[in-house]
This record gives sequence, structure tokens and C-alpha cells, in this order.
Amino acid sequence: MSYSRRNILLGGAAVTLAGCDAMNASPTVRKLLGSAEGGNFAIQRALSDRMALAPEFPRSALSPVFRANGTRRPPGEDYTRHEAAKFAGWTLGLGGLVERPQALTLSQVRSLPARTQITRHDCVEGWSAIGEWTGVPLKLLLDLAGLKPDARYIVFHCADVMEGGKAYYESIDLVDAFHPQTILAWNLNGQPLPVGNGAPLRLRVERQLGYKQAKYVTSIEAVADLSGIHGGKGGFWEDDAGYQWYAGI
Amino acid sequence: MQLYHFAIPCNIRAPHNEKAIMTRSIYRHRLPTRLWHWLNAVSVIILFMSGLMIFNAHPRLYWGQYGANFDKAWLELERFPGWMTIPTDYSLSDGRLWHFAFAWVLSFALTFNLVAMVLNGHFWKDIALSFKDLHPRKIVAVLIESVKGGNHAGDGRYNVIQKLAYSLVLFVLLPGMILTGLTMSPGMNAAWPWLLDIFGGRQSARSLHFIMAWGLMLFFIAVHMPALLLAGPVNHIRSMITGWYQTKEEDA
Repeated sequence: MSYSRRNILLGGAAVTLAGCDAMNASPTVRKLLGSAEGGNFAIQRALSDRMALAPEFPRSALSPVFRANGTRRPPGEDYTRHEAAKFAGWTLGLGGLVERPQALTLSQVRSLPARTQITRHDCVEGWSAIGEWTGVPLKLLLDLAGLKPDARYIVFHCADVMEGGKAYYESIDLVDAFHPQTILAWNLNGQPLPVGNGAPLRLRVERQLGYKQAKYVTSIEAVADLSGIHGGKGGFWEDDAGYQWYAGI
Repeated sequence: MQLYHFAIPCNIRAPHNEKAIMTRSIYRHRLPTRLWHWLNAVSVIILFMSGLMIFNAHPRLYWGQYGANFDKAWLELERFPGWMTIPTDYSLSDGRLWHFAFAWVLSFALTFNLVAMVLNGHFWKDIALSFKDLHPRKIVAVLIESVKGGNHAGDGRYNVIQKLAYSLVLFVLLPGMILTGLTMSPGMNAAWPWLLDIFGGRQSARSLHFIMAWGLMLFFIAVHMPALLLAGPVNHIRSMITGWYQTKEEDA
């Protein structure tokens, strides 16, 4: 192969790569590519029963070490004080479009009926860890507060603050909110949640990826739409880095 | 209308004698085949490169249901360089954006092509293996002919090696990519839990997804491209665009 031909090939490859990056930056292309998310969401919901359970595993399948990811410790003295007090003063708010707003202490949350499930946690990065979670089904909390008819999404506000001072938050729709495996967990592998895994309360929404499993939950808000919450896309990673709101894939 | 083609090495030789030679056009590739070929080519390349980006987020592979940093990886690599990934600079969310969009293109194109192949007879005539094809003596004969570079597809049919290669890509590797991809989706695990049973867990599916992706890419680089270059790229690419293949033959 002659040098010139090789140069043409290399040049062509460089143009192709640059072209891909240019397309990647184009809002129109991104919108077009992003439309697949709606398709994935619709198809997965159509294919599965709304109550279809994520696989549960025997104790023998537990990961020897359950990896913590994202925030390992929320910043600020408030959280440190709560940790020192074993979260005795931690309250969980329930508000927004509900009939009876609530403020529950951690011990009140722990005294509600609980579900224990051994499930697989899948990070968007690709790794998985299996852990045993114990917590109150979200449905019980929502029934306690009573959703108003126009509530469509449940938003989870958290104590962790990300880089740039933005608050972590997440949201799910009512199908996932009332799913039997969707719990606010306070135990991991039979022990109170470690700080790295979201002490004292974290969401488990088992049919979606790790970034939906909000940690350090301080309050739950029922809303009609997500546009008015923080960046408007329904979660910190959705707002900040373009991750999909529906994380079932 | 005669249909045949070769993507496995297969020399087309001009006759050595000095008789008049006529150029004849043969309609070789039907429209569904041509559409699928190009949609698949674009999708596979974009999926491969955006897939390497996704792999870069956690460049370790495991067997079984779970696997993370504290667990034993069977393969641990450095991140693939920017020229191999979409986009060039690290962005897991953008890699996913491209990957999940073109996964649809690949899946629809493949489904459409498989249905068309069965309906238009391409599958039964050219791809389906018969017991006759699988006779060891026949396989050896085809291999010898391939090594010699003889025109072993003179009857216009695929030989057993070609049939096996196409079957491997169409019925094993491409569907395998789709199914192992679906197995990594927690939503699909709830909808179709049997996916996990087939592949032995999400992390096994991720490993198989990676292995089959490289299998397809190596097939493309080590078999498909050399075969195309040996057999005459211009004529073959033209026939995959227009359907018509130019062949030279003696004036009878």
C-alpha cells in the first residue's frame, strides 16, 4: 500500500472520528438518539407485568463485599451529628401532593411492616453486587400519606451534596413506587445501613440501575410532573450528565 | 434470476486462453439483503465503539450473577483508547445514548432480514445446511479447494464453510449479542427471568457480550475484509449496493 493511500485511509478515519464527535455534540442528533429511551421504557413496560419481580437470590449468592459507590459520606456537620446519634433524630418527610403530610422518625419507619429481599444491585458502570435489604415498602408510606389524584411521580430528596453543590435526588413513577419490591431500606445484610450505602435510609427500586437507588433519603415528595424539581429531568445524574431517567436498561 | 455470492475467499479468474470474453451482469443480492447488510454494518461499528466506551466505565469482566471490584475478575484491561470509542472522550452516558439507539437499528434490521430470508427462499436455498454438506469428506474437499484458491462456488451455491460462517453470524453471534445485551437490563430480568438462566447470570452475560462482540469484529477484520479484497472489492461493493454483479465469461 502506498503512503498516499495510507494517508487517505488515516485521514478518512480521522474525519470519521471527528464526524462522530461532531454528531455527538449536535442537539438534533442527541434528541434523535435519545428518543430510543422512550422506546425502551415503553417496550419494557409492555413486556412485563407491572408487578413482575426482580430476581431474588438465596443467602449463598450474597456478594462477599457489597461495594459502595457515589457519595461515601454526605458532607456537613449535620450528617456527622446524626451519625454520632445513630440517626435517632433523623426524620423522613412525606409531602407534596398528599392528603396527610407526614414526618416520621427513623424508629417510627423501622417499626412499620418490613420486607426483606436479596437482590442484585446493578451499577450503570457495569458491575453488580448482591445484597440483602430490609425496609418498609414504599406503598405503605404512600398509603399512610394518601396520594392526591394528580400525583404522578415520587421524588426522593437526599442529604448528599454532589460536586458543584448540587443536591442528589431521584424520582420514579407510580408503577415502580407501588411495586412490592420498592422499599425504603434501613438494613443491609442484617445490619443497619453503613454510611457508604446510604445510612440511615435508601431507596431500593429493584428493576432499575444503581443511580436510581437514592441514598440518605430525607424526604419523599409526590408531584404531578418533574419539570419544577432541580434541573427538571428527574434526578441528579439525569440533569447533570445526561443519563436516562428510565434506568431499566 | 440466479443468486450467488462469496464473502469467503473465492477467486474469480479470467480464462487464460484468448477466446472472446463477455461481461455479464448477474442479479446477486436482493433488496432485503442489501438493506440489511448496510444497516447492520453501520450498527455493528457504532455498537462496537460505543460498547467499548461502556466497557471503559468498568473494564473488568466476571462470571456468575454478581461481580464488582472486590470480586475475582477473569479479565481486567486498561481503558480502550479514544480512537476506538464513541464518543472519543470518556462519557458513559453518551456511549449509552448511541448504544441503545443503534441496538434498535441492529435488532430491527436483523429481524426483518431473517424473516425476508425465510420467505424469499434465500435461507432454504443458500444458508440451510443439509446432511450432505456436513459429510466430513465434503468439508475436507471444500477446505482443500479454498486453500488452493479454486472457484469452489461454481455451481452458484455457498459451500459448507460459507454456510457455517453465515449461520454463525446470523443465528448465533448477532442474536447472541441481542440476548446477552437484554440480560444485562434489570428491567428485562424482571420481565424475562429465563434470560439469566440461559447465560448463567448478569455478569456472565456481560462477559459473553464482550466475547461475542470481539468475535464479530475479528470475523469482520480477519475473514470478511480479506475475502472482499481478494475477490474484488469494487465489483462486490457495487453488487451489495445495486444488486448486480459483473462476471466475465467465455463467449460460447
